[in-house]
Amino acid sequence: MTMARPLFYAALLIFIVVAPFIFPDFRTQLATLWLMIIVALTWDMTGGQMGYNSLGNIFFYGTGMYVCAVVGIGIAHPVAEYTNASGGGIYKFTNTQYFLGAFLGILAAGIFCALCALIIGYFTFSLRGPYFAIGTLGVAIAAGELVSNWDFVGGGQGIALPVYPNDLDQGKLFFYFLFAITGVVLFVFLNWMYKTRFGAAINAIRDDEEKAEAMGIHTLRYKLTTWAISAFFVGVVGGISAYQLIHFEPLETAYQTINLGIFMVVCVLLGGKGTLWGPVIGAIMFHVFKEVTWNYFLGWQWVALGALIVVTVVYFQDGLMGWLKHTKPEWFGIRVESTSDEGAK
Amino acid sequence: MEQILGNLGLLLEFPVVNLKIIIDGVMIGALFALAAYGLAMVWGVMNVKNLAQGDFVIAGGYIAWWLAGLGVPALLGVPLAFVVMWVIGWVIYKLVITRVIERDLFTSLLATFGIAIMMAQLLNLMFGSDTQSVNLGYETLFFFDGFVDVPIAKLIGVCMAAVLATCVIVFMKYSRMGQAIRATSQDARAARVLGIDTEKVYAFTFSLNAAICGAAGAIIVMVWVIQPFYGITYAIRAFVIVTAAGLGNLPGVIAAGLGIGALEQYGSHIFGIGYQQAIAVLLLLLVLVFRMIQQRRSRQVLK
Repeated sequence: MTMARPLFYAALLIFIVVAPFIFPDFRTQLATLWLMIIVALTWDMTGGQMGYNSLGNIFFYGTGMYVCAVVGIGIAHPVAEYTNASGGGIYKFTNTQYFLGAFLGILAAGIFCALCALIIGYFTFSLRGPYFAIGTLGVAIAAGELVSNWDFVGGGQGIALPVYPNDLDQGKLFFYFLFAITGVVLFVFLNWMYKTRFGAAINAIRDDEEKAEAMGIHTLRYKLTTWAISAFFVGVVGGISAYQLIHFEPLETAYQTINLGIFMVVCVLLGGKGTLWGPVIGAIMFHVFKEVTWNYFLGWQWVALGALIVVTVVYFQDGLMGWLKHTKPEWFGIRVESTSDEGAK
Repeated sequence: MEQILGNLGLLLEFPVVNLKIIIDGVMIGALFALAAYGLAMVWGVMNVKNLAQGDFVIAGGYIAWWLAGLGVPALLGVPLAFVVMWVIGWVIYKLVITRVIERDLFTSLLATFGIAIMMAQLLNLMFGSDTQSVNLGYETLFFFDGFVDVPIAKLIGVCMAAVLATCVIVFMKYSRMGQAIRATSQDARAARVLGIDTEKVYAFTFSLNAAICGAAGAIIVMVWVIQPFYGITYAIRAFVIVTAAGLGNLPGVIAAGLGIGALEQYGSHIFGIGYQQAIAVLLLLLVLVFRMIQQRRSRQVLK
């Protein structure tokens, strides 16, 4: 067992690195899978571990996209004129401008989103349960509507970013590895964080916030920090997506409340809330489901998706990990004293 | 910015325009209030926050539109939509809602969100994504040299909404089932002890809510337009109204509904029509922040 774990992680890491070379046709698909894994993991930070079910984390994705685009364009050209001309091929980017813009943009997106989370969280974290979910959903929808009326960033037309300057296949690899590195960093970070005092504190907030506060945990500070970290990562992947998609518009791509915004919740619920591996497995399951329905039930894919949400929420809310924990507790190091406990519970 | 100031100036220069906006707002607000009343009922009785509320409205509208296409008189569409949505609401209750009542609130929120997505997509597949409306063919009345126009269709719609609301209120107050519903919302356990079949009450309440929404939708299709994906904004407006008014506060719901209708009309007049959806959502945030500050004063949180 002691040797198995590092070996497993090493094998996984090698697979992550070689996967895009083994399946060269699926590079974009794999990158999207990483996107799902990252948003699911970040959603689980607040939703699963801290008990604050946000429906508005997509706000950070959209904001990340826009901040990244504005910074990435802004270092080379005046933004307002650029968006006015919708890219239009008039404005050229040199290689240095492209990569420097992407790097600075992605970083700025993360930092800006973390700041946004601090400000929004200051207000919304006094909302509990469903009010928090509705409030954050409101923030995301309102942001989308406002941005689509804001001409500086292209209004409802959105922004067209420069195309990857070199070979396109190389571009796909480039974005795959950007996503993969972010994902691995996030996973390792969470793996460490959930084991620290900080992780214990946010779990305490989930279990009973009043008691946690009585124990001397400054709950608001913990909640803000957690949300800011999760917002940072969502902002970063938003920025990467902006460069990967090249063109995006506010309502359907950036602030896609009912697409990605709800997908991340379903991913987490499928895999299992409040576990480290749950969101990852859930994201993989969901991505496969989505691709199958999108390919074979075209037209009905959304109905199938709605049905999946309902069925998951109603019948399978503990997710795969919760189900495994229930049936095979010994895998998780939980000792069951006697079976009669089950009945009493 | 200049456009906003210009629009504001217009309001001051021609006070009649205010009247027009308020009349429009009150008319649309009456329908918001209907949907919100249904939401408050379901929320209060079985503690389910129904995000599919708006899609019930739109579904009712499509039923009326489809019937009108078959040659059924348009005004008859309202009671028919009421009946059909009653059945649909009952089916949804039996399939999904009955299993989420006892669970935490996020479950019901997410489950109804799933239903909302499904309904919007089914409507889209069945009827296409174009905006639709039923033309009643009535005239429009003009007041104040044509500054204020009141289509008779809208007047009829508002009257029907008022009749429906009155019926529901009378029903809730005097009928046996209405009493049972109110008893269950006060204390479900005590109601069960006293011999009320709460399961039946829940099913009835949810069906009634769907039916009210359906009728509201059938009225909306006569006076405005509907589209499969308009549902979520109606749901959000219903949430704004209920959050502002509180549960079980019927005069509050009606006042908030009319107020939100008027505010939205003002907002879209001043900032431009593109902001109408944003205004509905921003009102929700404002109401939430206001309620939060209220609660914070007594060291409470909004649960």
